[in-house]
Amino acid sequence: MIEIKDLYKKFGKNEVLSGLNLEIGDGGIFAVLGPNGSGKTTLIKCLLGMVIPNKGAISVLGENIKNGSDYRHQIDYLPQIANFPNNLKVKELITMIKDLRGNVNLDKELISLFKLDPFLDKKLGNLSGGTKQKVNLVLTFMFDSPLVILDEPTSGLDPISLLRLKKLIQAEKAKGKTILITSHIMSFVEEISDEIVFLLEGKIYFKGTITELKNKTNQPDFEHAIASILTDNHA
Amino acid sequence: MLKILKYSFYDLMRSRWSYVYFAFYLLLGVVLLFLNNDLSKAVITLMNVIIVLVPLIGTIFGVMYYYNSKEFTELLLAQPLKRSSIFLGQYLGVAISLSMSLILGLGIPFVFYGLFMSNAIWDFSLLLITGTFLTFIFTALAFNIALSNENRIKGFGYAILLWLFLAIIYDGIFLMSLIIFEDYPLDKLSLVGTMLNPIDLSRTLILLKLDISALLGYTGAVFKQFFGTSLGLIISFAALTLWVVLPVLRITMKAKKKDF
Repeated sequence: MIEIKDLYKKFGKNEVLSGLNLEIGDGGIFAVLGPNGSGKTTLIKCLLGMVIPNKGAISVLGENIKNGSDYRHQIDYLPQIANFPNNLKVKELITMIKDLRGNVNLDKELISLFKLDPFLDKKLGNLSGGTKQKVNLVLTFMFDSPLVILDEPTSGLDPISLLRLKKLIQAEKAKGKTILITSHIMSFVEEISDEIVFLLEGKIYFKGTITELKNKTNQPDFEHAIASILTDNHA
Repeated sequence: MLKILKYSFYDLMRSRWSYVYFAFYLLLGVVLLFLNNDLSKAVITLMNVIIVLVPLIGTIFGVMYYYNSKEFTELLLAQPLKRSSIFLGQYLGVAISLSMSLILGLGIPFVFYGLFMSNAIWDFSLLLITGTFLTFIFTALAFNIALSNENRIKGFGYAILLWLFLAIIYDGIFLMSLIIFEDYPLDKLSLVGTMLNPIDLSRTLILLKLDISALLGYTGAVFKQFFGTSLGLIISFAALTLWVVLPVLRITMKAKKKDF
């Protein structure tokens, strides 16, 4: 599904990605973890073509992403901070994105799933953070693409919406999709992901299942396993 | 690109500022006609206002729009859209809606005053065309500044400096250099100097057409002598077009390489 070879990215003097290699197969939920500033968001933005790497090659579904923007038809992306044009109504934003990207009918289902009906005629500037995040989720999932990238999907969600989101992600996985998630909420990651990709200092430090990670670090639970990687490498 | 253009345009058309801008020109047109009681004279007064004000509004609006829609641009970037079409669409949206406010705001009072029956119609159209050119040029320059500066305050600062430089300081330096080097032949230098500043170029262009030698000034006189009126018009139009094309090209180049 995704193949990344020898990826380098510098912002000024700050080298964020230094020779990252990663291969992600078809289907399953992959959590991209790492301490703050380890390059998670940069990696995702490189995948989306928003950040242009200094060196290295990325291909999504066998297509080199340098060849154009069409490969993004295969990707649904949930950005970390949902900021929309404030004077647009929710309904208008959804129609607009549909118009830009092609028609879909999943939006109705998703709107009722997240109980967004009462907000459709409200302006985006008047919505709370959590509601904006729900709109963001609808915009992401309505295209039904084979690769889904979620950057901090849980931020601002209430417990009920979080439950719905987890169910939704599982349902998407059952359709055979590949889902990439970044999150700092370890319980969420542990519950939902099949495999972990751990980034440290711009490289992949670990890739495998949670059980493998626990064995490798000799820790009984996931949170401590992650913490032990961090302390071992910074001590 | 057309879809992005459509949405940027609608977005701006609904914003309060387009109406304020439109209303300002409407008022300006009405007041000038009322005070001057003469179409040709109103056109000259209007020229002096337009040549300074249109670049200012174009620059400020361009920078403001870019920074305000930054998050939304990021949303668009993750969609299967070409970068160049996103930014060109936004640029054209801003430039076209500003030009619309200008053309409608000034056009309506002049049309009601009897523009179509007077012989000032060509002068007036030229004024609007130049205003539109200036809008396109300065919006493009503003987008260039905004694309190169992540920091909003810096971006705004540079934008205002650019306007101040081209609208006021440039003329001062130009004049000074003409005085200092008065012993040398300065025709070529002043011609080039005029071409390098779109505001000066527009002023010369309009004055050439209006044929008011008293207002033409040194550069204008040289311009007229050198090219003659019709060739002068064509050359200044070509230079204005170049002033639009080059910044727009830089927008697409810069947008291709930028990280978001």
